[in-house]
Amino acid sequence: MWHVLTSDQELLRDTTARFLGDQVPLSRLRKDRDDPAGFDPGYWATGAELGWTSLLVAEEDGGGSVSGRGAVDLALIAYEFGRHAAPGPLVDCNVVAAALSGQEGDVQRAALAEILAGKAIASSCLGAAPWQRPDEASVTIRREGDDVVIDGTVRPVESARQAGWLLVTGRSDGGMSQVLVPAGEAGIEIRPLKGLDVTRRFASVTLDGVKVPRAFLVGRQADADAAVAQQLQNAAVILAAESVGAMDAAFQMTLDWAFDRYTFGRALASYQALKHRFADMKSWLEASHAVSDAAAEAVADRTDLAQEAASAAKAYIGEWGPELAQDCVQLHGGIGVTYEHDLHFFLRRVTLDRLLYGTPAEHRRLLAAIQIEREQAA
Amino acid sequence: MSDDIESVEDFRLRARQWITENFGPIQPWDLDQNCENDEEELVAVARDRALQRKLFDGGFAGLCFPREYGGQGLTPAHQRAFNEELAGHEFPSRFAVPTFSPCAAVLLEYGTPEQKARHIPAILKGEEVWVQMLSEPGGGSDVAGATTAAVRDGDDWILNGSKVWTSRAWWADWGLCLARTNWNVPKHQGLTVFLLPLHQPGIEIHRIERLNGESEACQEFFSDVRIPDSDRMGEIDAGWTVGTRWMYHERIGHNSPYVTRPIGLSGAAAEGPTPVAIARKAGRLEDPAAQELIGEARALEIVTHELQRRLAAAAASGKGNTDSSAIDRLFRGMAYARQKTIAFDLAGSTAAGWTEEEEEATGAQGMDFLMRQVSCIGGGTTEIARNVISERVLGMPREPSGDRNVPFRDVPRGPKRG
Repeated sequence: MWHVLTSDQELLRDTTARFLGDQVPLSRLRKDRDDPAGFDPGYWATGAELGWTSLLVAEEDGGGSVSGRGAVDLALIAYEFGRHAAPGPLVDCNVVAAALSGQEGDVQRAALAEILAGKAIASSCLGAAPWQRPDEASVTIRREGDDVVIDGTVRPVESARQAGWLLVTGRSDGGMSQVLVPAGEAGIEIRPLKGLDVTRRFASVTLDGVKVPRAFLVGRQADADAAVAQQLQNAAVILAAESVGAMDAAFQMTLDWAFDRYTFGRALASYQALKHRFADMKSWLEASHAVSDAAAEAVADRTDLAQEAASAAKAYIGEWGPELAQDCVQLHGGIGVTYEHDLHFFLRRVTLDRLLYGTPAEHRRLLAAIQIEREQAA
Repeated sequence: MSDDIESVEDFRLRARQWITENFGPIQPWDLDQNCENDEEELVAVARDRALQRKLFDGGFAGLCFPREYGGQGLTPAHQRAFNEELAGHEFPSRFAVPTFSPCAAVLLEYGTPEQKARHIPAILKGEEVWVQMLSEPGGGSDVAGATTAAVRDGDDWILNGSKVWTSRAWWADWGLCLARTNWNVPKHQGLTVFLLPLHQPGIEIHRIERLNGESEACQEFFSDVRIPDSDRMGEIDAGWTVGTRWMYHERIGHNSPYVTRPIGLSGAAAEGPTPVAIARKAGRLEDPAAQELIGEARALEIVTHELQRRLAAAAASGKGNTDSSAIDRLFRGMAYARQKTIAFDLAGSTAAGWTEEEEEATGAQGMDFLMRQVSCIGGGTTEIARNVISERVLGMPREPSGDRNVPFRDVPRGPKRG
């Protein structure tokens, strides 16, 4: 992906690639189809040792990147996750870990240490989002004396049944709030959902009058809008890079097929009608690489364009990732829609990634809001 | 050598100051590339010549051209920094493409020392605008199938035939012309490139009106045009050696390190009214569907920019395949067409008719939509780009052809060809 990687970045990427290849080959993922978690706790803990959960966290909080640009390093890991269709809550654990980095409270620090060590899973329950009107939020968070009370339902939430911690985002009077909640707290009901992916598990999380001390707030009450925006940028970078990895895998598999498969005495790769479709897919793939890389760099460097680059990546790849994967299915013919073939792992991955942390339509509305504000200011 | 080159960041600061002091804000005619009528167009041409001269006098013309030909001997990174600093400013847009790329780039690679000394400084000073004479009435994409022919006559050549789709030929100065000089060998082996002053006896230039009413593109008819052999570029019959690099420089077009033009993602209007302005005029800024279109347009703008950056970085690092420029060509063609469709959709029924006063601000979405496919045709069609990507980037088998290893005179031609 990047044209110039440091040797440390190459080591980070290659170590994860090797580990994923050994631990979660597609044959293993097929067997774990009905496993309630979809992955083994030991797998996640070893991944944490390889740096999977620490790259967006400040060094003084126990984290650290290998290049000084954590989002770029993490995108390298996410790309390998996509290429291997790997299981595990990479997005949520990193989004929550980054949100907790720099927080002073004891509970936040304890949770962060567990996430960094791979001992606990954290899930993000996005019960309010910047593309929603306030009355569309599905979770409310209000103060009651020294406590905060949380009400509402969020779905889908990744790995919620495996999670030790939930970072709940909801609407308060005057803005969004975020609270770190132990997943076993009274009033929380977690119901598993059936889902698209073979390897990843989702649930609906209902919070019914859940009461926790106000010290569990992450940031100040009704003042989390900027933090949520930052978390969405992180999520967009991870999901974009992961989708690009899955697109690369699907494209390469289909390219090989085009050379190997003969029909009417010719390789599929010799038909102009099909060659042109591969050319189109190649252009979507290169464009996806480009905007994914640009988003990671912009978010890592916190440039003025970080928000737009992240949303552009999420919107573009969210649209063209599934289109590319569906074209790969079409070019395979009937075998492409079988469970036996490997292609569906990547189709599932890009399709799911399109839907998480904002759909293309939602990110386009965010982009429009920035553009409208910019032109009104000019 | 490299120790003597000014650092890009120092250069950027110097360029920023010079641009601010010397170049005004960007003008509509910088973006449209053609004016309402010929009088206005000629005023814009004169202004572009003056701007190019200003660049030359300020030491900012031909940043990547060698000093011996009046350039600055700097790197593509310097040109990129200059182009970024130029964002939002006026610039000599009529020199960008095709004068600097492909024409000046090809001159630099294949011109004789005399040809370079004569033309490159003249281009840098704003004295010569060039056009490329490639397409013919008998064939667009099959450039090497040219039938415009030059025959040797003593120290000269005699040119006959016709070229078409030559933008600006009615006022430009020189042309780079691909002509057939040998009919007894396969098509790629019988071509030669000539440098041609456009306004001379034997050249008749017709304007071609396009469906939107403008008539920038021209067709030239050559009747016994005399070309001195000193205006031949490259070896006789080796024109395709030049031609392949010519095509390359044409494909990279505005992204060439030889081209001065503003780039950047400032969020400022790229061309014409912005999607936001169109939606506001249509009273649709609160409409979520319109907001999604505005956001899609912005995302596409960012992706297009980043794809160019990625491919340029790959080319600069030597890892890129030169045919990867076809990916950019395909993507830009499709993205531009989509942008025009978005603008058209945002305008709604207002795109059907407009008053004189609305023309500049928001009137053009309907007409731009009618002209949409130009982005997928001009400079090599997207179909040819798809062939290049699949065959030369992905390594798929080549299309069968009826003209390989056949003397060109025996190649089948349609009734209207040659």
